Amino acid sequence: MKEQLEKIRQAAADALEAAETGEALEAARVRFLGKKGELTAVLRGMGALSPEERPVIGQLANEVRAFVESKIEEKRAVAAAKEREARLQNEVIDVTMPGRRRAAGRLHPLNQVLNEITDIFTGMGFFVAEGPDIETDYYNFEALNIPADHPARDTQDTFYITDSIILRTQTSPVQIRVMEQTKPPIRMIAPGRVFRSDAVDATHSPVFHQIEGLVIDKGITMADLKGTLEAVVKGLYGPDAKIRLRPHHFNFTEPSAEVDVSCFACGGKGCAMCKGEGWIEILGAGMVHPKVLRVGGIDPEVYSGFAFGLGLERIAMFKYGIDDLRLFFENDLRFLRQF
Amino acid sequence: MKLPLSWLNDYLKLENVSVKEYCDAMTLSGSKVEGWASEGSEVEGVVFGRILTKTRHTNSDHMWITTVDIGAGEPVQIVTGAQNIEVGQLVPVATNGAKLPGGVTIKSGKLRGEVSNGMLCSHYELGFEDGVIPGSDPNGILIFQREYPIGADVMEALGEKETVVEFEITPNRPDCLSVIGLARETAATFNVPFAIPPVEVKAEAGGDINDIAKVTVEAPDLCPRYACRLVQDIKIGPSPAWMQKRLKAAGVRPISNIVDITNYVMLEYGQPMHAFDLNFLEGREIVVRRARNGEEIVTLDGQPHALDDTMLMICDGKKPVCVAGVMGGANSEIKDDTGAVLFECANFLRGSVRTTARKLGLRTESSSRYEKGLDPNMVVKALDRACQLVEELGAGRVVGGMIDVDNSCHTPAVIPFRPENIRAFIGADIDDAFMLDALRRLDIAVDTDKMEIYPPTYRMDIECEADIAEEVVRLYGYDKVPSTLVSGEAVSGGLNKEQKLRGRIKSSLVGQGYYEIMTYSFTSPRTLDMINAGEELRNNIRILNPLGEDTSVMRTTPVTGMLEVLARNYNHKNKNARLFEIATVYIARELPLTRLPKEKDIITLGGYGDMDFYDIKGAVEELFASLGVTNVTFDTAEANPIYHPGKSADIFINKKKVGTVGEVHPDVCGNYDIGETYLAEVDLDYLLKCAGRDPVYKPLSRFPSVTRDLAMLVDDGVKAADIEGAIRRAAGNLLEELELFDVYKGSQIPEGKKSVAYSATFRADKTLKEEEVNKLWNKVLKNLEHSLGAVLR
Repeated sequence: MKEQLEKIRQAAADALEAAETGEALEAARVRFLGKKGELTAVLRGMGALSPEERPVIGQLANEVRAFVESKIEEKRAVAAAKEREARLQNEVIDVTMPGRRRAAGRLHPLNQVLNEITDIFTGMGFFVAEGPDIETDYYNFEALNIPADHPARDTQDTFYITDSIILRTQTSPVQIRVMEQTKPPIRMIAPGRVFRSDAVDATHSPVFHQIEGLVIDKGITMADLKGTLEAVVKGLYGPDAKIRLRPHHFNFTEPSAEVDVSCFACGGKGCAMCKGEGWIEILGAGMVHPKVLRVGGIDPEVYSGFAFGLGLERIAMFKYGIDDLRLFFENDLRFLRQF
Repeated sequence: MKLPLSWLNDYLKLENVSVKEYCDAMTLSGSKVEGWASEGSEVEGVVFGRILTKTRHTNSDHMWITTVDIGAGEPVQIVTGAQNIEVGQLVPVATNGAKLPGGVTIKSGKLRGEVSNGMLCSHYELGFEDGVIPGSDPNGILIFQREYPIGADVMEALGEKETVVEFEITPNRPDCLSVIGLARETAATFNVPFAIPPVEVKAEAGGDINDIAKVTVEAPDLCPRYACRLVQDIKIGPSPAWMQKRLKAAGVRPISNIVDITNYVMLEYGQPMHAFDLNFLEGREIVVRRARNGEEIVTLDGQPHALDDTMLMICDGKKPVCVAGVMGGANSEIKDDTGAVLFECANFLRGSVRTTARKLGLRTESSSRYEKGLDPNMVVKALDRACQLVEELGAGRVVGGMIDVDNSCHTPAVIPFRPENIRAFIGADIDDAFMLDALRRLDIAVDTDKMEIYPPTYRMDIECEADIAEEVVRLYGYDKVPSTLVSGEAVSGGLNKEQKLRGRIKSSLVGQGYYEIMTYSFTSPRTLDMINAGEELRNNIRILNPLGEDTSVMRTTPVTGMLEVLARNYNHKNKNARLFEIATVYIARELPLTRLPKEKDIITLGGYGDMDFYDIKGAVEELFASLGVTNVTFDTAEANPIYHPGKSADIFINKKKVGTVGEVHPDVCGNYDIGETYLAEVDLDYLLKCAGRDPVYKPLSRFPSVTRDLAMLVDDGVKAADIEGAIRRAAGNLLEELELFDVYKGSQIPEGKKSVAYSATFRADKTLKEEEVNKLWNKVLKNLEHSLGAVLR
């Protein structure tokens, strides 16, 4: 009987060694351990053994059973892993086919740039003010030290609704409106639409956008203006961006400046984008004219301030390399999808 | 203003400054350079060179090898066949790359084995005739007979070529619309001495103008100063070459000596002048007065103009002969046989010149200067300068005396000199000495005892301390002002609630696949016909001076702009479009406007392609949900010609109508040549009022929910809103969720009926028992049967 058991162990070991699939293993289990299996048959014959032999053979039989069971378990795990491997091999998909997108839309590129600029200013404690598109001559010109018949009016071709009501040519009237309503300290920006009777072409539009800025407090200096604009430009174009102020004239600031930023394409060496200058003009600025402060109800002997105005389209055009202003207002989806 | 650089030499000396350096420095001190160009000759790259050595060419019997100092680095070797050269001579050298007349370019090369880096030139090769330049030799190289700086441009030094710098002069600086003004700025910028050469008039004709001519100023309010001098024995002819060259370089066409003198003085002093033929002035008299209604004048350009009594005219005894400060009349024009000339030099009120020029549609060099305001004191100086030039040119004999009707009363401001204020205002440590020096350079007087500043009369732009600060800091250098950050009281900035909500509205729509657009605020009145607009949209605010009919009225609806953009995309074959805009519309409170109109913002959605009514409605619903707006209802739209009558709904928040959503009326789509299209409009202002309340948290229930489905037959006309209302009313607040999951018409459904299926979820603060839900459910079913005639399936 002992020999029989050893044979079974050997036979099981051989059979299991050859079994590769789940089915083959199951067949082996039935053959050796099943109700009619070989080992079971041996155990049934135990009754014929002597009491001395019984425990010895019993122990051996149990060992053989444990061996077969553990062998089956071991092979099963291997087979399962193999089968999973094979299944995964068969489940390959074409990962280069396009993904299924939950297509979001986009903000208009001008508003994307505006948001970026607004974030920079609100981060510096500025609030955002608004004023009407249809404005009085008083707020747009008179209050800003541009009296009737002043030649400065020629540079801003104005759309008139009546003699005294116009489409604002600049966002600067919001300066006056804010001064009338707010006590210093004031730190505000006022983005908005402005209108000039320029015929439409690649660089002109009768409708465009400006961002006005105004800071008024005791002891505000031109150096503060420079520092603020520098911070803004670095925020927009990165820490290496530099600014250059050139003297200029605006009726509502004194001293006034045009402000250039070091060319974002070449960093100031001179290239096609900056026409070899190394600098690109992006905004106008200056110290608020005492007459304008007075009009706004603020005493220029106590307070001083600075103001500036940026052209949103110009900044967006440089930022994205857009060469035609008309694209912003045509709203072709092939354009809008690019931002 | 175009400035020929050589003209500056009359007033100052500027040495060792390249054109680029000049332009940069002027721009940074406040005179912005638009650009510069070299004009007058096609010759480029020819410089003065001195011959250092001369040796025979070993492979040639007639050529010479020379070395020439051209002022830059090592001397260059040049081979020449000319026989008239000697060591030490100064000659024109065409350097490598130089351009000569006829499109010839000189390049370095080898002549019979010897390197030649350029060419020594004859006067012919530079385009000169014999005898024009001293030292020209018909058989050889041009040998200069006087000294010039080695390396300098030959054509410029000979006056053949002129560098012309174009300045952009801001309207506050009319004094810089002149050579003298720019020379003064140049001297101040480079800190070099500046002087205007003395002007003297010999007046060889003797006599006194006051005995011959008469001037009456009847409108001193518009003409603060009017001065005249008289010239007799006029010999009309061309002006000399030097004057013509300068005029041309400055962009003025030479005409004749007398006219050229007036233009020359205008360019030099910035003071416009006019010359009348004395014999065509009736009564030898000038009357400065307003035109009489109905009077006419034909200006020098041959155009007739009707005049009115707001326009200032220079008249003779009978008729207008000149539009004051704008343009002369043809009737007193200088002609070839003019014998006596009356020079006018006057100061006119700037507003008056501006309005008249605009009314007549004439804009001249003269009017653009007067419009900006000129110094009345310049009148006499310019007039004498013109007479001096007449004498210099031999163009006539000046009569003694001057008529000068002076009613001007311009007194320059007196400004306190408070250096510490300027330092504090600029935020830079500029010392007093620098300030005083800067002001001196700019001809601005300072009394350091009284600590007062007296600007010159021609600087009418300087009125207050801030103006002085600018004068100082622009010479100090804007670049030297430090950069500091605003200090002082802390302020709380950021966006207000409304601005933040606008951001959330846009985020919601963008997240739902909508692209933001921006359209013009004005439109064509015809677009209102295209959307079949009713009267309420037709009270447009009109622009008095529009660019064209297409942009002539302010929009009262955002729909036209949206439809235009949709149509454009449709045309461009963009398959699907989902767009939105927050657009301002302009609603007049009365027409014509007597006060500012109402400006209202409207959220507009539009789309076509992969879209139906429920898509765009869903977008509106999701938008409201994202803003926490509740109590939103929709109902069949009131008659609205823009929309499909059966497929549009009005939108209500708290029962107030806030907008409309629906399919665009096929007629309107036809007008825009576009297919099936959808729109939604929502009043932003009201939405903002309802939006943004913080949600109140409801605890997550620990108890299970019970779901019941229900399908019923109802009449086709029964609205989902009514069915849902009936269910909700009956179910009460244990109904947690109600979802419409099927609507079916067709086979097995009787004509005129539809099958509608809902899924209802109940939940309570305990585990609901079967009987409780059944009881509730029976109530719901009964109510549906009773109120809507629903039949359960």
